[in-house]
Amino acid sequence: MKINENPYIPYVATVEEAWFETGGERCIKTFKVVFDDETVRENWNHRPGQCAMIGVLGVGESMISISCSPTEGKFLRFSVMRMGNVTQALHQLEPGDKMMVRGPYGNSFPIDEWQGKQILTIGGGIGQAPLRPIVEYVKANRDKYAGLTMIYGARTSGDLCFKSEFDEMSKCDDLSCHLTIDVEEEDWGHNVGFVPQMLLDLNPSPENTIAITCGPPIMIRFVLENLKKLGFADEQIYTTLENRMKCGIGKCGRCNAGGMYVCKDGPVFSYAVLKDIPEAFA
Amino acid sequence: MSAMLLNKDKWPEFVGKLAGKKLWAPQADGDAVHFAPVADGEVPTLDFRNTRVPPKQAVFPQTETMYRFQLGTEEMELPELNEETILLGVRPCDARAMTIVEKLFRWDIDDPYYLKRRELVTLVGLACNEPGLNCFCPSVGGGPASTEGLDLLMVDLGDSYLLEAVTAKGEALIAETKEILDEAGADSAKEKDRIISEAENKIIRTVDTEGVPAGLPGLWEDPLWQRVSAACLGCGTCTYLCPTCHCFDIQDETEGFEARRCRMWDSCMFEEYTLHTSGHNPRPARRERTRNRINHKYSYYVDKFDVIACVGCGRCSNLCPVNIDIIEILRQVKEAL
Repeated sequence: MKINENPYIPYVATVEEAWFETGGERCIKTFKVVFDDETVRENWNHRPGQCAMIGVLGVGESMISISCSPTEGKFLRFSVMRMGNVTQALHQLEPGDKMMVRGPYGNSFPIDEWQGKQILTIGGGIGQAPLRPIVEYVKANRDKYAGLTMIYGARTSGDLCFKSEFDEMSKCDDLSCHLTIDVEEEDWGHNVGFVPQMLLDLNPSPENTIAITCGPPIMIRFVLENLKKLGFADEQIYTTLENRMKCGIGKCGRCNAGGMYVCKDGPVFSYAVLKDIPEAFA
Repeated sequence: MSAMLLNKDKWPEFVGKLAGKKLWAPQADGDAVHFAPVADGEVPTLDFRNTRVPPKQAVFPQTETMYRFQLGTEEMELPELNEETILLGVRPCDARAMTIVEKLFRWDIDDPYYLKRRELVTLVGLACNEPGLNCFCPSVGGGPASTEGLDLLMVDLGDSYLLEAVTAKGEALIAETKEILDEAGADSAKEKDRIISEAENKIIRTVDTEGVPAGLPGLWEDPLWQRVSAACLGCGTCTYLCPTCHCFDIQDETEGFEARRCRMWDSCMFEEYTLHTSGHNPRPARRERTRNRINHKYSYYVDKFDVIACVGCGRCSNLCPVNIDIIEILRQVKEAL
């Protein structure tokens, strides 16, 4: 058996940069990594919405969203919340350290089919990580999309990821960024309130628009409800799911929601498909 | 397909001729029968109904090394998989299960471990003259002399075995042992038909799967799931002993600086199987887990691979410590449709 024919063998990548997005016990750290092997680096071709199994040898692997768009360059970004053994070990990694990566896995957002449309992303907390590639992809292909509206919220301002990237966005006419936090804070110049409510307040037109949401399950549930209230058709709504995974390639069994494997048939689902999957919101 | 006769007097000689390769056969172990390597010079007797654990372990070991590495380095070393094994006395249901599981391990991305082991193994089947009490293979597409997945089928005709090659590997086995085999005549074929049809008549339990794959998801909130799972202990026996259960976990094991990443059987009946690190569990109770197990075998797998992921071997019903019976579950499903 040759190593490169074995889908379970990860590629070796080097952490180029690493920084904390948020603090606290469940802090989020972002890694910018580059594959060591030039062929892998050049041929790696992910699409927004896809994931990768990243890990540390001797500890394990976790499925993490690739939080950069391929338009950004020949590197990958992962934003990892410190939760269990693997993410704990990943958080120890500093620039120069090795990270093991295999993928890219799963389907992706049908972002090319969305050309000519208005893109609306609605994210909460770490749920912004899989949405960020859409934002970056649309930014890099602005002539191809009618525009981009981003709604993003977190419990506190300290829980918002990618903060430094937002200033530039709110200055552009066709890229608007709306931030919200749950509770009032001093010097907070943006909205206060929950994401689903902010969506209703902004009242975006469903016409020629695709809405993509990701965040805590409870947020997703109310966002979906409110998108329906605003007149969005099921086919105009997308979300991305997560479940516990081990193999990432549809073999180990556990990540299914109904008859769909989140790792292969997902993680991206349109609401038109999702509403008929019995376990989708379990 | 060439059919030959092996007189039972020559069985030890037949086994002897295969001795160049690693041989596995059913062997008594206390009150159970297990597939185990045959020691040099030993002649296994094929006097068993079925093994307690299916021979899936020959192609999908309970624990297997995926690769080895030294902590602190990124050099990964793959295990050598090159040992050819002959399994003697595989029941048709268990061989058929391998063809079913193979569909998943070939789905889009090939699983190199499973497929390599599958290639290295030769399955010599033994038709079931005496099916077990909970056997229901004909209900799910199999039969006591099904050849699906087998390389060679043996049928016990009393004084001799009828040998039918199914694949080139089976043909090769016949070629290797030709000098102790006799041509099988039309009377042997007739005798086989008689024995097999008698065996079919001995299978008393049945399930009616008509409409089940399409209808199961519609029974999502049906009270039947609570009923059929109420006694479940969550021990996982039904899945560990199931020839089509293929779910696995991946874990790293370290000893000093020596480390390996391995995979091991897992079970959808365990709470940890789907437990998120956050503490959230999409299948929090045995009701949800039982529902998933039945849906996976009788609906999801059919959608994806066009075959029911159950071969009717009856092991889960035979060995469940609280007598949960898949045939009864399916009867209730059918009733609820």
